Amino acid sequence: MTGQIELGLFVAQVQKSFGSHKALKGVDLEVRKGEFFTLLGPSGCGKTTLLRIIAGLELPDSGHVFLGGRDITRLPAAKRQVNTVFQSYALFPHLNVFENVAFGLKARNVEPPEVRKRVVENLEMLDLLGLEKRYPHQLSGGQKQRVALARALVNNPDILLLDEPMSALDARLRAQVQEDLRRLQRAVGQTFILVTHDQDEAMVVSDRIAVMKDGLVEQVGDPREVYSKPRNKFVAEFLGAANIIQARRDGGRVVTTLGSFDLSTAPQWDEGALAIRPEHILLGDAPQSDANWVQAEVREAIYRGQSLDLWLAAASERNDCLDPLRLRVRTHSKGRLAPGDQVSLFFPPEDLVALENRSLTE
Amino acid sequence: MAGSENITPTPGGPKQALPPKGFLTWYGGIHRLRDLHLRGGAFLGPGLLWLSVFLALPTLGLLALSFARRGDFGDISWAFTLENYRRLLGYGLFGWSPDYLIILGRSLWVGLVTTALCALLAYPLTFYIASRPPKTRTWLLFLLVVPFWTNVVVRTYAWLLILSPQLPPAKIMAFLGFIPAGAPLYPGSVATFLGMVATFLPFMALPLYSSVERLNWELLEAARDLYASRWQVFTQAILPQTRPGLTVGVIVTFIPAMAMFVVTDLLGGAKYMLIGNLIQHQFGQSRDWPFGAALCLALMFLTMLGLIFYRRYAGGEIGAAGSGRGKETRS
Repeated sequence: MTGQIELGLFVAQVQKSFGSHKALKGVDLEVRKGEFFTLLGPSGCGKTTLLRIIAGLELPDSGHVFLGGRDITRLPAAKRQVNTVFQSYALFPHLNVFENVAFGLKARNVEPPEVRKRVVENLEMLDLLGLEKRYPHQLSGGQKQRVALARALVNNPDILLLDEPMSALDARLRAQVQEDLRRLQRAVGQTFILVTHDQDEAMVVSDRIAVMKDGLVEQVGDPREVYSKPRNKFVAEFLGAANIIQARRDGGRVVTTLGSFDLSTAPQWDEGALAIRPEHILLGDAPQSDANWVQAEVREAIYRGQSLDLWLAAASERNDCLDPLRLRVRTHSKGRLAPGDQVSLFFPPEDLVALENRSLTE
Repeated sequence: MAGSENITPTPGGPKQALPPKGFLTWYGGIHRLRDLHLRGGAFLGPGLLWLSVFLALPTLGLLALSFARRGDFGDISWAFTLENYRRLLGYGLFGWSPDYLIILGRSLWVGLVTTALCALLAYPLTFYIASRPPKTRTWLLFLLVVPFWTNVVVRTYAWLLILSPQLPPAKIMAFLGFIPAGAPLYPGSVATFLGMVATFLPFMALPLYSSVERLNWELLEAARDLYASRWQVFTQAILPQTRPGLTVGVIVTFIPAMAMFVVTDLLGGAKYMLIGNLIQHQFGQSRDWPFGAALCLALMFLTMLGLIFYRRYAGGEIGAAGSGRGKETRS
């Protein structure tokens, strides 16, 4: 084992089935010590199952989980230095805030003065002082969530697991809590693993993201990498809107129905697909003969306040193309464009991503 | 647009939308308050009448009766006396004897032990049933109710048969040396509690099951995640959640178990006189209704005391423990 693996969490070839449903089909992951790691994917992708395996609430059918260089695959939850913030928070309804937070320490027979000290410290950190005597049903959603966080963090876990902790909060509070959560993780310096299906949330909080689909990890990387350099169509589309364009390689360039493009990173295939984010396509006036420039007609303009989304029909180079390719472009909301307007589009070479060939068949 | 006129806040508009004075809305309908009171009374009336005529009045009758005196021929002579209560406390014709108090204490003991045994057995039973697939669950619950179809006397006679010397249980016990060869397994306290638990287990299991079925399992996982031992998982995660069902189970088991005499009579033998037998005797063979009434009230008092004790130290209010139950959602 290398030093890095000894420090962090290492998941090796983990498989899990529920009846005939394969929830995890051999997952490999490495989570570094002290990072904010996110498992991102649609519901049913196996992310919660993986989290529960790391927590010790589920046994994998095969594969191993290492923590700090130790194989913890068959270690029960109560013996792992791992704590969980549950989706519904799972606060004990008959215990007040103080007793809830003190639960883990008391269960391990920590001395009462020490319990008191650590509970108060954590309540203070999460801005819960003064609520010690309240019962869970007397708390707001945000307060419950902070109690759940305090209850887990007070045990000083090697890893804090968060199972969709924002799903019960309303949208405005959620945005606030995401930033708070990120600051909290920076402050305590512990490893956080978050499960979410919300790509915005994943980007805001994470150091690194693992995008999951159908029981497999599709791509791991920091938010910028995963967003701007998606490996395949699924990742490209799950992390936000993307234009997917069929293409083939011709010498140093890539040829599509829209014309030929230069790419900063040449594709590995001869025939495949390109992806580009709507906001990466630029509008302008340009010599239309040049590579990476495309002529298009506005079909629909959607004003979104912070941006203007355009649905465009690109003029195909070949006249026999019956159905013009629909392109999505996101631009300044100051622009005044209406259906029927002709525009020139520039596709920057560094923003055009060649997807892996597997995506062609999906 | 005609439709928008209702929403537009024009002068006079909102006033029209309010119900006229003396009316109020009640679940979407608009009613006069007086009508609602009448309707409530109409719904409440029959039950109230039934309870008054068949529960409250007879209880008051018993109260009055308990201060009367037994006539020479088993009739009732209406003279105010505390004699029945004195007798109950042990002051009889031949000086003080604790016989009746022992019987009361024994009844309390039988009720408590039966209730405790039922609770102890009902937990694993209900968890087992709740863990089965829905179809099996329905069948198992059905099987739990089947004994109710047979009269308790008949069921108890069945126990006599099962515990008879000719059948394996008694033979095995005799072989192991616990009882003499050729003896039945009754009468005795083992047989008594066997019969009592068999009779009252459904009373405990059914209400408990309703709590177990709605258990939020995430709380159990949270407890495990927070280093709880198995016992702590039970006391901190299972017990608080199942307390409403357990409380109902305790009440509906303890009350009839205290007063039970059929099972204890048949399986416990004559030496195990309980308050149920005693009361039956007063209204039957002895024809001493006033003393019977005093015993009835003593039983009610004891039962109340037991339930107050339970509520104070174990139960909490019925249904209150369920108020904090979290939403059970998982994507």
